[in-house]
Amino acid sequence: MKSSELTGNEREAVAGEIDPFEAALRLGDVKGRSPWEDAWHRLLKNRAAVTAAIIMGVMILVVVIGPWVISWDMDYTDWDHTNSPPSLANGHWFGTDAVGRDILVRTLEGGRISLLVGFVATIVSLLIGVSYGAIAGYYGGVTDRVMMRLVDIIYALPFMFFVILLMVVFGRNIVLIFVAIGAVNWLDMARIVRGQTLSLKRMEFVEAARACGVENRDIIRRHIVPNLLGVVMVYVTLTIPQVILVESFLSFLGLGVQEPMSSWGALVSDGAQDMESAPWTLVFPAVFLTVTLYCFNYIGDGLRDALDPKDRL
Amino acid sequence: MSVLLEVNGLDVRFETPEGEVHAVRGLNFSLQPGETLAIVGESGSGKSQAMLAILGLLAENGAATGQARFKGEDLMAMTPQELNRHRGRDIAMIFQDPMTSLNPYLSIERQMIEVAMHHQGLGRREARTHAIEMLRAVRIPDPETRIRQYPHEFSGGMRQRIMIAIGLLCEPDVLIADEPTTALDVTVQSQLAALVDEVVARSNMAAILITHDLGVVAGMSDRVLVMYAGEVVEYGTVEQIYAQPLHPYTRGLIDSVPRLDREDHEALHAIPGNPPNMLALPPGCSFRERCAHAFEACAEAPELSEPGEGRLKRCHLEKAP
Amino acid sequence: MSGPASGRRRKQRPVLKVQDLAVTYDIQQGGLLRRHTRPLNAVDGISFELARGETLGVVGESGCGKSTLARALLGLVQPRRGRVLWLGEDLVGLDEKTLRKKRKELQIIFQDPLASLNPRMTVHDIIAEPLWTFYPKIARVQVEERVRGMMKMVGLLPNQINRYPHEFSGGQCQRIGIARALVLNPRLIICDEPVSALDVSIQAQIINLLKDLQRKLALSLIFIAHDLAVVKHISDRVMVMYLGRAMEVSSAPNLYRRPLHPYTSALVKAVPIPDPAARRRTATSGLRGDMPSPLDPPAGCVFHPRCPYAVKRCEIEVPPLRRLPQGDWVACHLAEELDLTIVKSG
Repeated sequence: MKSSELTGNEREAVAGEIDPFEAALRLGDVKGRSPWEDAWHRLLKNRAAVTAAIIMGVMILVVVIGPWVISWDMDYTDWDHTNSPPSLANGHWFGTDAVGRDILVRTLEGGRISLLVGFVATIVSLLIGVSYGAIAGYYGGVTDRVMMRLVDIIYALPFMFFVILLMVVFGRNIVLIFVAIGAVNWLDMARIVRGQTLSLKRMEFVEAARACGVENRDIIRRHIVPNLLGVVMVYVTLTIPQVILVESFLSFLGLGVQEPMSSWGALVSDGAQDMESAPWTLVFPAVFLTVTLYCFNYIGDGLRDALDPKDRL
Repeated sequence: MSVLLEVNGLDVRFETPEGEVHAVRGLNFSLQPGETLAIVGESGSGKSQAMLAILGLLAENGAATGQARFKGEDLMAMTPQELNRHRGRDIAMIFQDPMTSLNPYLSIERQMIEVAMHHQGLGRREARTHAIEMLRAVRIPDPETRIRQYPHEFSGGMRQRIMIAIGLLCEPDVLIADEPTTALDVTVQSQLAALVDEVVARSNMAAILITHDLGVVAGMSDRVLVMYAGEVVEYGTVEQIYAQPLHPYTRGLIDSVPRLDREDHEALHAIPGNPPNMLALPPGCSFRERCAHAFEACAEAPELSEPGEGRLKRCHLEKAP
Repeated sequence: MSGPASGRRRKQRPVLKVQDLAVTYDIQQGGLLRRHTRPLNAVDGISFELARGETLGVVGESGCGKSTLARALLGLVQPRRGRVLWLGEDLVGLDEKTLRKKRKELQIIFQDPLASLNPRMTVHDIIAEPLWTFYPKIARVQVEERVRGMMKMVGLLPNQINRYPHEFSGGQCQRIGIARALVLNPRLIICDEPVSALDVSIQAQIINLLKDLQRKLALSLIFIAHDLAVVKHISDRVMVMYLGRAMEVSSAPNLYRRPLHPYTSALVKAVPIPDPAARRRTATSGLRGDMPSPLDPPAGCVFHPRCPYAVKRCEIEVPPLRRLPQGDWVACHLAEELDLTIVKSG
């Protein structure tokens, strides 16, 4: 008996045949297809997103492994080849800068910092933003008002002023960049999550859980947050490049990472100064940065389409 | 006898991530002027998708083939621009949820006047007068004032009245109403049903009513077309269908309507099982697994047969169930 | 004051006794300036009793307060006044924690079958959640066994246990909702329009299932709907609500044979009859206009502006819900004079 014939589960047993109900049970449990799996299959069909994800994966791999494999150190000065254009002969594939440092290794090291800033700051903002927003939205009332006013107040602080203030007080430090960016980014996340929670908590399944006596903590954990994650994930993929850009911007202004450490933003900033004499110092880090930003945007678009399909029958 | 709308071999297919859904399979029907046809079936039977296909309003992943001749012109072969001219002016459609088909940010006046100006080439003032007349025709009290209001200021029943008024604005030849009363209270349902019935009769318009509830259409349609799993399973005049349904599914639809006028306080007659999964239709008669009369012959899909004048059924049973 | 008690089960002590229940929402009105709140009396002085194994139907148009009544009974909204006596204990004013414990015995089934199920949870998790909540120490095997048993009971294939709500049809989703409501062995289930989002063919299945389960499990049911025909099929008694008040409480057969209240009679006439011979009989439901805004209910009898029989007295004096000699309850000044008989005996 085929499984397709067994959906009519109230059907009486046909004389002489086994009860279809029993027969269906002998087939064993049917595997369910979660909304996540559905989204995943849709994502895999999105060629742009898949390509972007593959490029991104390669990029991460290269950035992480590259500096160990390449024989140059990022702060090693090759006095024989300063301002060397890209060349296979002298081993500086991407060329060197004015003080003879290898651009390839510096680009990869810079990528480590840029991506690290992107991911860490985003995860921090994710954790704070989701729990903060979900709690404010779910409990509502005075709790919501106090919590969201606090967000508004922090939001009102000028970002650059905030960064400069941190620099002045604590000195320049890579950790500060995480703190500064994270401290601002979770605000957006909290607002988005709160808005979503407000609409989710009016859904009947949340009311059903309340009617069953489920505790608030469990409602947030089981019913609110999992249903938020789609929106949150899309936002995260769009936040990472945004954070990388902010870091680049800070570095460009000279407020970012300290020499000899570097980031794509810092490298682009350095390269821009020697643009005419040594364009490769600008081009390579700029290409890496741009490709990364594009990839994240395509992945984010793909996720949004996959998680929020409009034309479903 | 002239035919107003004739649909021939209409097929609608959807590409979904799970596979192809053949939502409408070879639908044929014709509509005479002034006639009211009810298309009845459960959700997923393809009744709405067939109408959307005729009007070129299918979702992006859908494709339709076949013919839909409106006064001799094939709607399905038209360009979107040509079709757009007919939509609203010659064929109007009313949807189930009046809130989503009205623009919440525009006043009723704006929405109605635009339609009238676009399709009928009326001036602004004439269009307004005409719109107010239509609102009065659907019994909106005080239409001169209320036309300036926004959709959210009306109750659900009133909004559906407005939708009907918009549908009637251009005096179309065909009015298609897709479950126009399902989302509403029973009291409002009966008022609206009476209203649709009245305007259709008065203007000698043809109407297609789409519904899952045979109880609703009994009093207001001439012919009934029953659809199951994308196919016509029965067709006949409303009297024939109710007095002697030939398909077990039709019988089931009639019996499952809870009735106030009968003293059957015991269990209702339900159609067992669930609407079929259109992604994996069983072989043979698609209704077989829910049918109490199924026998060996049902392993083979029945053809549409003509048991009598103007009567169609798709069932192997000789006798009426 | 005690509300309408059940007719044929009078000797039994009621499980649920509702006395003068009223729920008021504060509605924000006005623009940015001139903001003010106005009270909306969603439920206004409802009283009734419910016996074990009895079904009380509640009918009325949307906005009549029937859903609010359901939520107030479960303590999901706070009543402004009145008492909800569950087995003699007043649920109103109980703190969250004690109320939560009571929820084991009072459950609810919602209107929209898909929206009432969390799309990210499997059927197992949805039905098991109440068990996790009340018996956190119960073994996983036992939970699963119980969930499979429940699925079978409501007519779902237990091997579908790992599937997600979107993989089921509307009727099946409603069965999942019923299984969730029954898993804790409650004694009262409130059904808030459980079939109005379903196809007619599936409606009948669900109504039959509920009736069947009720008989098997000796459940008390409160069945809320806007369709009188549906309510009649499942209820012993029916309460007709309009603008937050009870218009009539009658036994189900009496209600449609001889309505006592003009509003009930209008509801009865509005039910479509699947018979072409009855053509246009449905058109004359006798109801004029729309329901007035509950923010601004009419003085006197709330139904008088739409009532074809209204007299001067109806505009001034609020008719109390009173018991007629034959045992049914009605809130109409003219109940004795009007003959609203619809179905002659037979």
